[in-house]
Amino acid sequence: MSSRTTTEIAFGAAAEASRPRNAGFALAMNRALIEKAKLWLSRLLTLAIGLVFWHLATKYRLDAYIRFENVPSPKQVGAALWTHLGDPRFYVHIGVSLRRILTGYVLATLLGIGIGLAMGRSWLARSLIDPYIEFLRPIPAVGWIPLAILMWPTEESSIVYITFLGALFPIVLNTVHGVEQTPEVLVRAARSLGASRAQIFIHIVIPAALPSIATGLAIGMGVSWFSLLAGEIISGQYGIGYFTWSAYSLINYPDIVVGMLAIGVLGAFSTWAVRALLFPLLAWQKASR
Amino acid sequence: MLERLIQCPRVAQPPPLTTGSAAPQGEVSIEKVDVVFGQGNEAHAAVTDITIHIAAGEFVCLLGPSGCGKSTLLNSIAGFVKPTRGHVLIDGQPVDGPGPGQGMVFQQYSLFPWKTVIDNVAFGPRMHGRSRAEARSLAGEYLDLVGLSNVAKRYPATLSGGMQQRVGIARALVNQPRLLVMDEPFGALDAQTRAIMQENLLHIWSRIGTTVVFVTHDIDEAVFMADRVLVMSAGPGRIIADIAIELSRPRHRDITTEDAFIHIKRQCLDIINVESRKAFERQNY
Repeated sequence: MSSRTTTEIAFGAAAEASRPRNAGFALAMNRALIEKAKLWLSRLLTLAIGLVFWHLATKYRLDAYIRFENVPSPKQVGAALWTHLGDPRFYVHIGVSLRRILTGYVLATLLGIGIGLAMGRSWLARSLIDPYIEFLRPIPAVGWIPLAILMWPTEESSIVYITFLGALFPIVLNTVHGVEQTPEVLVRAARSLGASRAQIFIHIVIPAALPSIATGLAIGMGVSWFSLLAGEIISGQYGIGYFTWSAYSLINYPDIVVGMLAIGVLGAFSTWAVRALLFPLLAWQKASR
Repeated sequence: MLERLIQCPRVAQPPPLTTGSAAPQGEVSIEKVDVVFGQGNEAHAAVTDITIHIAAGEFVCLLGPSGCGKSTLLNSIAGFVKPTRGHVLIDGQPVDGPGPGQGMVFQQYSLFPWKTVIDNVAFGPRMHGRSRAEARSLAGEYLDLVGLSNVAKRYPATLSGGMQQRVGIARALVNQPRLLVMDEPFGALDAQTRAIMQENLLHIWSRIGTTVVFVTHDIDEAVFMADRVLVMSAGPGRIIADIAIELSRPRHRDITTEDAFIHIKRQCLDIINVESRKAFERQNY
């Protein structure tokens, strides 16, 4: 409060004192470093505890309703992972899955944001599209698999379609929501500054909707992986979902966990990539906090 | 009118700004304006039978209680509201929607949060096809005018309320409007900041000389700032008094405790009391 008043008074004279750096600064830095180290240590510790439990449960074939009898041990999984990491075929599975995700997700992003913006801005677009959205949205992408196989000419296209569909709805809905959240006063301000309808759409509506669109894109990425795996498990000869499921069919249990680990890493990586790509566009939000 | 202008000459300072116009502009004529919202049984008049003439370069305050229709009247000048009857003319031209000619300053939170301060101010020129560099250099001049060059690269949410409003003023002024319309721009600020902002605005106005229509419900604010105070009453909104404020300029905070100021304020209060009682009785017949 007092600093604000001072700044207000200093109006006219160019003035805002640079942030004071006192002697405690270095100390505070040190403390922050220690806090960070503590955080990472505790994270590693809980992971280690989990690993030890897994090891013991498989070693002593724990059977307490959940059976660890057929669960591969961490050591077996580690060995299998090591082998696969040196095997080009493993990367073919990963590459195929990534390509499907990329195709389906990019299409869903383009179409989803497009549809969402149109629905949020135009009454006509909304009344035309809304019934379809409301009717189709409750059907999970997985439910589409049989029909998709019948409809699409190739297995590949049907899996990409499922992946696309999974991402589409969260992106559309969050985009519509974002457009609706545009503060009216900003639109009025832009009009009074001489912006045309198209300029308002580009410079006001889209940036205002962006945080919500980003949420839709992050959720969409998750759902899109989920749908992809279901698609690959049910049909297909390649992909990390197929790899995981065929390990089960072939009674090669360590590979199940290798597949799961790969899925986890890929999923986390793709969500991180979405965030990293969107970050520059949302930097203003961070600065505003 | 002329007499009043002679009595309180504005400080003549050569404007160092990139202004184009030479002839005085921003003459506002409001002729028999009614604004009715809703239709049929739901219809209610927000303002009725408003006739005002504002000379170019005049600083006019619309003073009235909340809900008296002063914002509606302001919005009809800004072009956001179309009068149901009557005309609003600026320099003889009917107002046809909002635009940069009527620079608008809102109550609060009207800066674009995703744009830096300089790009907020550069918005108008950018929309009119100026290059980014041109728009920014123009914006820089107006940030200088409101004393905020030092925060040009910050985002609005990191500024205090008073600073945000100064950015809002710069953003409206960069378009070189004929008229500045301000809707309780300092209403959300604390008392000290508000007092400083009032002086700032008068200082800025003394350099650019545009017509200002300023809505407020604070009588001290109106008397301190205006050449002329138009008092409105509610239900439906009408002008009940038109008071010339004959205090010399430049005005500083000190005058608010001087006899002349208190005298004028008392006169205003008397007129407002008498007129609002009349209006109240009219309503109850």
